[in-house]
Amino acid sequence: MNIDKKITDDLVANNVSFVTTVPCKQLAGVIEEIDAREEIFHIPSNKEDEGMGLCAGAFMGGKRPAIIMQNTAIGVTINTLATLIQYYRMPLPMLISYRGELREPVACQVEMAVHTKALLAQMNVPTYHFHHQSDVEELDAILKYTFMCNKPVAILTDANFWGGYGDQ
Amino acid sequence: MIRSEILKEIAPILRDQLVVCNIGLPSQELHMIDDQPTNFYMLGTMGLSSSIGLGLALAQDKTVISIDGDGSVLTNLGTLPTIANNVADNYVLLIIDNGSYGSTGDQPTYAGKKTKLEKVAEACGCENVVVCQDVDTGKVLQAAIDSKKMTVIVVKCDSGNIKLPVITMDPVVIRDRFMKSVQA
Ligand SMILES: Cc1ncc(C[n+]2csc(CCOP(=O)(O)OP(=O)(O)O)c2C)c(N)n1
Ligand SMILES: [Mg+2]
Repeated sequence: MNIDKKITDDLVANNVSFVTTVPCKQLAGVIEEIDAREEIFHIPSNKEDEGMGLCAGAFMGGKRPAIIMQNTAIGVTINTLATLIQYYRMPLPMLISYRGELREPVACQVEMAVHTKALLAQMNVPTYHFHHQSDVEELDAILKYTFMCNKPVAILTDANFWGGYGDQ
Repeated sequence: MIRSEILKEIAPILRDQLVVCNIGLPSQELHMIDDQPTNFYMLGTMGLSSSIGLGLALAQDKTVISIDGDGSVLTNLGTLPTIANNVADNYVLLIIDNGSYGSTGDQPTYAGKKTKLEKVAEACGCENVVVCQDVDTGKVLQAAIDSKKMTVIVVKCDSGNIKLPVITMDPVVIRDRFMKSVQA
């Protein structure tokens, strides 16, 4: 299974047509796939809170948005999640590369990994953790859930999910 | 002129457009001067007026005006390259540059010192950047709307605030009536 394609197919099948991204090595494939898809307008952002602002606007303009980002950015998005996305009750699927988990080669990434789930829990953000490739089967249901309840929802995708980093 | 005087003057132009309005006093002033369902008031999230407006402009065809402040643009400077590289000809970014963080008591910003936001916008690749004086805001804004070209306007004006109440409308109500007027 090509997970980059599967993720993109699920986004398209759920009418997600406005996607903002800030890259992560693990997300390179899915970003490339999204960029290539006609059904999706891909708008890279410079910071994740900026990206969430773009998504809020696109949602109010009638499009279903999504953000693709790294977990190290959770901190910079807290205020935006609370005072924009949650306060005005907007849906936002957040596909997040969960760096600093098992099979992580870069020690510094662990420093935000240990805070990631705690911060999302503190924010009452429904959070799913994809660890095995087969976990992607749930993405379609998660997207439907997100647009049903009008909340930001986090999908943490770790190195094991993406197939690791090869021999380190 | 101070910000509230500018808003009063351009209210008849704003009335027919989708407006995303900056946090704090700008939203409170616009709400008091001419509350419209086509106004999206930011109650928090300093810095994102331009981003919300751009996302909205890219998602549908109606004209969108983001009313922003110098301090808010400075806190989200990354917005200018995104605007420059994702041209939406139904989008106008109106930066009210009073050289200060007005809502918090007129503390000076760097835009009131050496930093010229119009030059930053140009350096970021924005193609239609217009600087104007407070008294010319209406004329320049109307021209930008009529041009149907994405435009960044930097309005130079005085610092200063008027006393007025906070917005007590529920955010979901603000959002819901705004979305209905986007769809109308
Ligand atoms: C993250 C964050 N920091 C600080 C504030 C406090 N704050 C609210 S409005 C504002 C000033 C904004 O200045 P500007 O964009 O120039 O608008 P003006 O009021 O001058 O029109 C500040 C500092 C805030 N709301 N959020
Ligand atoms: Mg200011």
